[in-house]
Amino acid sequence: MLRYITRRLVAVIPTLFGVTVLVFMAIRRIPGNAVLTMLGTEAGMLTETQRQALERYFGLDRPALEQYFVWMGNVFRGDLGYSVRHGKPVLDLILQRLPVTLELALVSLVIALTIGVTLGALSAMLHNSFIDLFGRLFALIGLAAPNFLVGTLIVYVLSVYFGILPNSGNYVEITQDPAKNFQQIIFPALTLGFSFSASVMRTTRSAMLEVLGEDYIRTARSKGLPPRTVIIHHALRNALIPIVTLAGVELGYLLGGAVIIEEIFALPGIGRLTLNAVSQRDYALVQGATLFIAVNFVAINLIVDLIYAAVDPRIAYDRQN
Amino acid sequence: MIAKIETDQARTKEPSVLHRLLRSRSGTLGLIIIIFYVVVALAGVLQWTPYPPNEQHAVDRLSPPSKTYWLGTDLFGRDMLSRIIKGASNSLYVALASVALSTLAGTLIGTVSAYVGGNFDNLLMRIMDIFFAFPAILLALLIVTIMGRGLDKTIIAIAVVYTPIFARVARAPVLSVKEMEFITAARCVGMSHRRILFFHILPNTLAPLIVQVSLALSWSLLTEAGLSFLGLGIQPPEPSWGVMLSESRGLSEIAPWLMIYPGLAIMLGVLGFNLLGDGLRDVLDPRLKRLR
Repeated sequence: MLRYITRRLVAVIPTLFGVTVLVFMAIRRIPGNAVLTMLGTEAGMLTETQRQALERYFGLDRPALEQYFVWMGNVFRGDLGYSVRHGKPVLDLILQRLPVTLELALVSLVIALTIGVTLGALSAMLHNSFIDLFGRLFALIGLAAPNFLVGTLIVYVLSVYFGILPNSGNYVEITQDPAKNFQQIIFPALTLGFSFSASVMRTTRSAMLEVLGEDYIRTARSKGLPPRTVIIHHALRNALIPIVTLAGVELGYLLGGAVIIEEIFALPGIGRLTLNAVSQRDYALVQGATLFIAVNFVAINLIVDLIYAAVDPRIAYDRQN
Repeated sequence: MIAKIETDQARTKEPSVLHRLLRSRSGTLGLIIIIFYVVVALAGVLQWTPYPPNEQHAVDRLSPPSKTYWLGTDLFGRDMLSRIIKGASNSLYVALASVALSTLAGTLIGTVSAYVGGNFDNLLMRIMDIFFAFPAILLALLIVTIMGRGLDKTIIAIAVVYTPIFARVARAPVLSVKEMEFITAARCVGMSHRRILFFHILPNTLAPLIVQVSLALSWSLLTEAGLSFLGLGIQPPEPSWGVMLSESRGLSEIAPWLMIYPGLAIMLGVLGFNLLGDGLRDVLDPRLKRLR
């Protein structure tokens, strides 16, 4: 197991290195000069000396390789750059937004797992019944409905039928007013949770159907164990392994990918911060936020892989051989 | 040669993929939805729309569905049905072009990488891993930041996002097929690597690729709609279902049809490709059928 952990940790290093190179190169591929593009129409007012001074300030006059190492040196010191638009260090901006994204991700994950695992397990246990049909239809619709459609629908229903405006703008932190915070988080979390619960439902259903056909379940049943014990302790426990992976991967996506939902519900999270940075051509922020999200994504996938191997020792053994 | 004879014999015994697909409920339903979608998209290309999609009827702004405007009009008095039809052509064009590009690039990377093997394979797959380190929408955002907005750029962004997936899907079967006896036989009779790769290995790895293409079409439809919804994909006034849905925000209380019809169109398209993908998987990999 220790050998497996070491191997996985070592394997992540080239990926992370590649991520930094890709993010660095991507921003330098922007047509024209990044500083001038960032300034937009104001760039025309710059004199040649001012332009050169700005380029020297951002280090753009140095060779690309040197720029990369300077940038990486700063990244290792926790300096992801400075956002000209916000007038703040990029890392501060990200850390300020992180609690919102984290809360949204965790609440939607809980909603998705509760709905998905329950419906998936019921669907498999009552194979080909009315509940199974309902579950499969739910999954089909959930997978086909984009979350921005579900979000727009939720906003519509809430505002038209209940007179509530979920995207009122001023976000309240959980420490300030938990009730108000819950009101603001619950609808976007329901949107994301609904979309993800469809995949969880499908995975639970197929994993349960596979497990329920195994010999050890027949043995457990034939030795007279109550059906509840067989389902919960023998079947569901083993079927949960692929769901752990799915949930981990989804958490990675949610920590960086809830761009659209944060935008619809006006939540000041990392996704919306990145989207605004793209629209405002705030390249230091795009670069920093992208790197932060990608490194998080790799780290979460690594943790999920290790949990997966810890839960099911066959994995570490298989991959070593 | 041996492989060819075996395949020919198998073909005479088994019904065709299409025949088997039509026997599966989800496959048939998916196929019907997709044919309908393609017909609507073709009507958009041929401009068989009730009104020109960008024509503004100032007097009829925000008209509810009626005999004149079957699906109502938007804020500028443009006919929703015409825009949905033209939106179908745009979204199908983006989906087909981006999936074609990613299938081509991904399959080439995956098959060559697995066939050559060793350090070359290792290096290529590590590069693909770098792309997997980004959530899809974030990678698309990054690409749009670099290249700018618009229809063609959306196609490239989506293609880059899905290329690594195709590389992985194509690579796995090549690893097992290249060890089979008929490949050794082909090598012994002195066939070139290119011939072995494209005429003997690739046809045997098509099944998972076909399933993946169908599923990728549904994802690219969703990604295009998502990017356009955020204002980073197809640019207004060109109709796109994502743009239309985005334009409905703030107006849906007084004109819900602005949200309902583009939303239904996206759902139907994605549902069609998903069902077709499920049907194809059932036909091409029957082991999975019971588990779905």
